[in-house]
Amino acid sequence: MEATIPVLILAIPLFMFLFLGLLGKFMSHKMAGILGTAGMGVTLLLAYFTAYVYFFSGTPEFVDAAGNRLQFVVFNVDWLQFYENLVIRLGFLLDPISAMMLVVITTISFMVHLYSNGYMRDHHGVYEHGFQRIYAFLALFSFSMLGLVVATNIFQMYIFWELVGASSYLLIGFYYVKPSAVSASKKAFIVTRFADLGFLIGILILSYYTGTFSFTDLTSVNVATDTFAVNLGTADHIKNIFANSAVPVFMGGSVLTWALVLIFMGGMGKSAMLPLHIWLPDAMEGPTPVSALIHAATMVVAGVYLVARLFPLYLMETTALEIITVVGAVTALYAAMVACTQLDIKRVLAFSTISQIAFMMVSLGVARPEFHEGLGYMASMFHLFTHAMFKALLFLCAGAIIHAVGSNDYTSMHGLRKHMPVTHITFLIGCLAIAGIIPFSGFFSKDEILSSCLGHGWVPYVWMSFVAGLTAFYMFRLYFLIFWWKEHKVPQGHHQPHDQAWPMTVPLVILAAITCVAGFIPFGKLVSWDGVSYDFMAHFDWSVASVSLLVAVVAILIAMKMYMKENPLPEKMRNALPALWTWCYHRFYWDELYMFITHKIIFNGICRPIAWFDRHIIDGTMDGFAYVTNKASYAIRGLQSGKIQMYVWVYLIGVLLLGLVTAICLL
Amino acid sequence: MDITILYYLVPSLIMFCCGVYGFITRRNMIAMLISLELMLNAVDINFVVFNRFLYPENMEGMFFTLFAIAIAAAETALAIAIIINVFRSAKNISVSDLSKMKH
Repeated sequence: MEATIPVLILAIPLFMFLFLGLLGKFMSHKMAGILGTAGMGVTLLLAYFTAYVYFFSGTPEFVDAAGNRLQFVVFNVDWLQFYENLVIRLGFLLDPISAMMLVVITTISFMVHLYSNGYMRDHHGVYEHGFQRIYAFLALFSFSMLGLVVATNIFQMYIFWELVGASSYLLIGFYYVKPSAVSASKKAFIVTRFADLGFLIGILILSYYTGTFSFTDLTSVNVATDTFAVNLGTADHIKNIFANSAVPVFMGGSVLTWALVLIFMGGMGKSAMLPLHIWLPDAMEGPTPVSALIHAATMVVAGVYLVARLFPLYLMETTALEIITVVGAVTALYAAMVACTQLDIKRVLAFSTISQIAFMMVSLGVARPEFHEGLGYMASMFHLFTHAMFKALLFLCAGAIIHAVGSNDYTSMHGLRKHMPVTHITFLIGCLAIAGIIPFSGFFSKDEILSSCLGHGWVPYVWMSFVAGLTAFYMFRLYFLIFWWKEHKVPQGHHQPHDQAWPMTVPLVILAAITCVAGFIPFGKLVSWDGVSYDFMAHFDWSVASVSLLVAVVAILIAMKMYMKENPLPEKMRNALPALWTWCYHRFYWDELYMFITHKIIFNGICRPIAWFDRHIIDGTMDGFAYVTNKASYAIRGLQSGKIQMYVWVYLIGVLLLGLVTAICLL
Repeated sequence: MDITILYYLVPSLIMFCCGVYGFITRRNMIAMLISLELMLNAVDINFVVFNRFLYPENMEGMFFTLFAIAIAAAETALAIAIIINVFRSAKNISVSDLSKMKH
């Protein structure tokens, strides 16, 4: 494959960022919107073309004679050469998951670019302040995310990983005059940076022992044999390094375990796993299309992608996978419980995102090649794909509703189904998909996840099925409270809420259509952990499917009973379990815990003493020197009498004394 | 009568001490300048004498003296220029009254 198209996929968003960022203010709002959307549209076509060529062209670069998919390095240039062995390269790696991510990112990004044309205006069509800026930042984000998924080595991934973090920071803080947005963006940046510290240490440990950054060296399963071919022996070599008993052990874990767990910590930060999830709900301060793109569909799955990228390494050390499973399972339940009580529509969706990403993590954690040839890996990637589509759909619907109603709180919504029919139908499709109702896409991917959980054991299966039921419940609670419950009351002096203009409606319809059909993609044939084509319909477990379907339907029925018509049942439920409700409503007091740790322990216990030491001891010493010098010079300034003959006298006497002393010494 | 080195050094020493005494006791800047020249000339004599008596085959002391005389002339011109300027601004060239620049 020629390098032209892959280079363009990265270069166009970068160019659009620089172009709109530098020249945006000299062009009209409309022009900036059209240019940004068009740039992303071209990237979308190129990415689709690349993915199509990768999956379906059947050239020997991408697929071997037995039909196994290969990793292919399109280009890989030396970027920073420190010395012979330590080279940081930038490149473009095509393999099943990166090709799939190209499709996901460009699709969602294009939809969001299109949608923002409508969303970033008020009801009179007046553009918001900073309209061009959001397009520049969206282009920067798209560039960084694309660079992340096609990274050929872990260091390139780290660089782009930080870039997506930075663009996320810029976009969360888009309304920088709002103090809450500013603090949310700082929170997101600090929490993810803290997690990235673990990621960096993990990278350093891993590369110290393996001597390489390259993914193809670290994880190669099947590699194309061409000019960029990597030595297949290196993969075996890496296995040998860690199998070697001379490798040190730290606190009961091998080096590989520690490296992988630390790398996963980076993933926990980006993917908002417990206990580093606290930034994601606050990140909803950003504009809704941004939430759809970054905090629902693409950036937050970077952690899942990272684990998937290094999956063969994780398979060498299943302790790390067990940790991932536990963290994922706990996070999934926690986020689902919290989502049942939140009042802000975007916060429900944020917690739902956390929960669904945790599903993907669990799925990776339980994936083993022994069971259905690593079904969990495929399921995770499949769920990543379908979730990106339907969650972006739900967020964009939420944006349309917020835009129409002018509030995030759904106590001010209710009964919107008659006012916004298109939004209603598309939102319903999204809810059905996330609840796992056949034939929407979420059914298939969630069912694969549950099957692979069952393959791992009963506990994860039952646990995750329960969470799936909760998912269906809270999504339909949201749905019924927004679109049913009671008649919509239009506040005095407000317009009737209505469906939005075409730039906002078209993405909803497209994403809803994808959600309807994406489940039928034979995903196992395209993506699997070792590139071997895998037909999951042959292993489709109808008992698991029917149980999960039943759970989802029951949960939906309960939600319908409670929230379809205005009734006192939710109030009664709430009063029956007040403690549970309060804990869920306050998100189990995680934020307060963090406040306590940071303010009471870190600020008061560590920072203040250090500040005191700095101010009083270090500054005090320096001030003391200055003070003493000053005083001493005031004390002796009388010597500078200005009487020149006095100086000569002193000098003369001094010379005579010196001469005398010298003479005495010599004699 | 043999003329020894002392015949030169004693007058030179007397000249130098007169210069020092004058420099310390006189308040008039012109007088101080003259005292300074006395000290300088005493040193110049020493240069020549030591050169003559210790290393008669070399000429460095002589040349050094010539240079010192030239530079002393330039320095005197400069000092007198300064004194004239001081006189213009202060109407006075007594060092005991010129202590504005102290501290």
